[in-house]
Amino acid sequence: MTDAALIDRPASTVAAENAACVHCGSPTAPGRRFCCAGCSAAYETIQRLGLGRYYRQRLLDPTARAPRPEPPAARYDLRRHVVARSDGTCELALAVDGLQCGACVWLIESVLARDAAVLAGRVNMTTRRLRLVWRGAAAEAERLVELVEALGYRLVPFDPAALAMAEDRTGRELVRALGIAGFAAGNVMLLSIGEWAGLMQDMGPATRDLLHWVTALLALPAVALAGQPFFASAFAALRHGRTNMDVPISLGVTLVTGISLVDTFGGGTHTYYESALMLLFFLLVGRLLDHRARGRVRAAAEQLLMLRTADVAVQSPDGTNVRRPPEQVAPGDRVLVAMGERIGVDGIVEKGESPLDTSLVTGESLPMTVQPGTAVYAGMLNLGGALVVCARATGPRTVLAECVRLIEAAEARRGRFVVLADRVARAYVPVVHVAALGTFIFWLLLGGDTLGQALLIASAVLIVTCPCAIALAVPAVQVIASSRLFGKGVLLKSPTALERLAEVDTVVFDKTGTLTEPLLALETTPDVDQPTLKLAAGLAVASRHPLARALAAAYGPVPATDSVTEHAGAGLSCATPGGELRLGSRGFCGLPPAAAATDGETAAAEPELWLTQPGRQPVQFHFVERPRADAARVIAELRRMRLAVQVLSGDRAASVMPLATALGIPDWQAACSPVDKVTALNALAASGKRVLMVGDGLNDGPALAAASVSASPSTAADISQTMADLVFQGGKLWPVVQALVTARRARSVIRQNLTLSLAYNALTVPLAIAGLITPWLAAAAMSASSLLVIGNSLRLRRTGADR
Amino acid sequence: MIVILYLLLASLALGGGGLALFLWSLRSGQYDDLDGAAQRILFDDDEPHGRRAGEPD
Repeated sequence: MTDAALIDRPASTVAAENAACVHCGSPTAPGRRFCCAGCSAAYETIQRLGLGRYYRQRLLDPTARAPRPEPPAARYDLRRHVVARSDGTCELALAVDGLQCGACVWLIESVLARDAAVLAGRVNMTTRRLRLVWRGAAAEAERLVELVEALGYRLVPFDPAALAMAEDRTGRELVRALGIAGFAAGNVMLLSIGEWAGLMQDMGPATRDLLHWVTALLALPAVALAGQPFFASAFAALRHGRTNMDVPISLGVTLVTGISLVDTFGGGTHTYYESALMLLFFLLVGRLLDHRARGRVRAAAEQLLMLRTADVAVQSPDGTNVRRPPEQVAPGDRVLVAMGERIGVDGIVEKGESPLDTSLVTGESLPMTVQPGTAVYAGMLNLGGALVVCARATGPRTVLAECVRLIEAAEARRGRFVVLADRVARAYVPVVHVAALGTFIFWLLLGGDTLGQALLIASAVLIVTCPCAIALAVPAVQVIASSRLFGKGVLLKSPTALERLAEVDTVVFDKTGTLTEPLLALETTPDVDQPTLKLAAGLAVASRHPLARALAAAYGPVPATDSVTEHAGAGLSCATPGGELRLGSRGFCGLPPAAAATDGETAAAEPELWLTQPGRQPVQFHFVERPRADAARVIAELRRMRLAVQVLSGDRAASVMPLATALGIPDWQAACSPVDKVTALNALAASGKRVLMVGDGLNDGPALAAASVSASPSTAADISQTMADLVFQGGKLWPVVQALVTARRARSVIRQNLTLSLAYNALTVPLAIAGLITPWLAAAAMSASSLLVIGNSLRLRRTGADR
Repeated sequence: MIVILYLLLASLALGGGGLALFLWSLRSGQYDDLDGAAQRILFDDDEPHGRRAGEPD
């Protein structure tokens, strides 16, 4: 199936990928080196500073924001965040957006190091933060930040006090516990080898007891410290009247240590401290790897929250502007929104007319033009001229914040999902411990054994049932499945996503940007001939408007026309000896409004551009949404897997129906608001369906959270990538199928693993209860079962999970 | 057999020293940016860090 997926790739995508901006790597008009003037300037700066190595050594990360410099805009009051220190230096903590790889870190640090004022500029790549220390006035901050922003990164100041909170405390605790467990396990193991060797020879009881005491002294504090993560989690579960996998682990470790301690006091032959410590050590390694894998995603989410809190410019009655955080804006305040700025409040436009990119809020791919009287919402991006907005709702009351709240509520509901391992633990733990207790009582009372002997047999039962194999059954499979999917461009973000994915029986797609290509395509009409298209494309490459980019891409490589002027939100013009050329909206090209255009709905339905040339008929360019190249194949495959497929779109029925029909999806719903989508998903859940939601806009965010599992393409809005359980890369939908197939295979391997370890228990526990297994034999059998489970999990790596 | 005592003490002291060093490195933030540390080594500057603009290259 891999081969088919490769062949499937349309030739046009390959060509488009070749035309990439030298600086930021984003697709650009073919034949041009840079996508915009900002990139060209950044390239020159880097070459001038002699840092050209950057381009050879970097590796662009397709999931990160492209390092494209944005027009300078005073988004933040930096001085509020600067900490002036007593020695005349200033410090500022900033979040960096757009870091791609180590080369970016090197570039930023090198550029800052070449500035005379900077004392320290160090980027933490894991947390994506920059610490900046310089000598001089606090106002210098603006200049230094601009220095880095001109390279294409975005810097957002944040409160260093919040840093303490954001610090990765769990990660540190895990590393500390791992260090302690590793130290103690290693040393206890060495002492134990001496002890075992002595047992085979003629070590006296006094020496043996000494070794036992030394190991006890090492092991007791180590178990107490390194076991903390497990004890805390087990305790929390028990307090809520539940059990999880940490309960048997904690009990096992405590009991093995306790039995060893009894033996140490009683001068017994065997202690098992090393088993307890080794178990802790291996489990901690697994926990830490898991934590690190998800840390990256968590950092991205925190980053997003920081980036969203841009200051807004509030107009005072006397006409001056003050920058304030959005939560300090009162309803009724006049907020100035400059070009390229995101609106920070909900409100009504008072002055100005400009196109807005509303994709973050409504998911609509085309800009919406607003004029005085139009309602606008926080999160919309101003593409054109300056606007004055009268604030109606701010901060927590904005629609954007409402969306985030919906998402949080849905997340909390989903948090109740119980992973398979914990469900097994719930049944397993009581049975095992009752069995061990029963064995102990039986041998003590009925068997007529001494206390020590009964204890030894009971401990063999506990060791033989040690949850190692069961504890490994699920994580081993998950690690292998995740790395497999990662290699195929699917990033699993939630630890339980695989299990939820395997249970899915319904797949719900968003339309715009998910089933369709993120970019619009030019519709071929008879009145657009090649020379006209070439002329229009030559104009269009000058603009970054989505329609202009679609137009330029439709022709292919074309030299840019000289001296093109962009009129924000209207179009492009170019003076030629024969007269003026214009490319843009109907009104901009001097055409009478179309009859249908009075109805706003229909006007928006047909994205169009007009081209006027002196002495020629105006030419109209129509644009259509094109389904992703493999959408039909994916839908067919999902049906073959006996999954129900639905479309929930925020778009109008007129554009949803043709696409749904073409892809063979009878079940579709159009004009859904975010709340409608959540309602629809909740209805599906109530009827017992397990839904996989695939979507990409902010308006899909709540739906993504409400579904039992969710996926987003890497081209999606940041917020939906943050919400989704898995993010897939590339221009295809096929990874969705791959993820589903892998999840199903992983589930069957997990079941095999659990069956294996339960079968092992069924075999050995009766023997242990009968007193036929000594503790060290139990330890060997336990290791063998763990190896068996790991070996079985590794099969997942080799078999064709593509099918 | 008193030599066992010496050996025990010596090995525990060495191991404990290692643990103390590890805990110190953890506390001083050396594990805070593992990604960065892994990548930094690839960008070893020919010129020393902290060079000021205007100095000869």
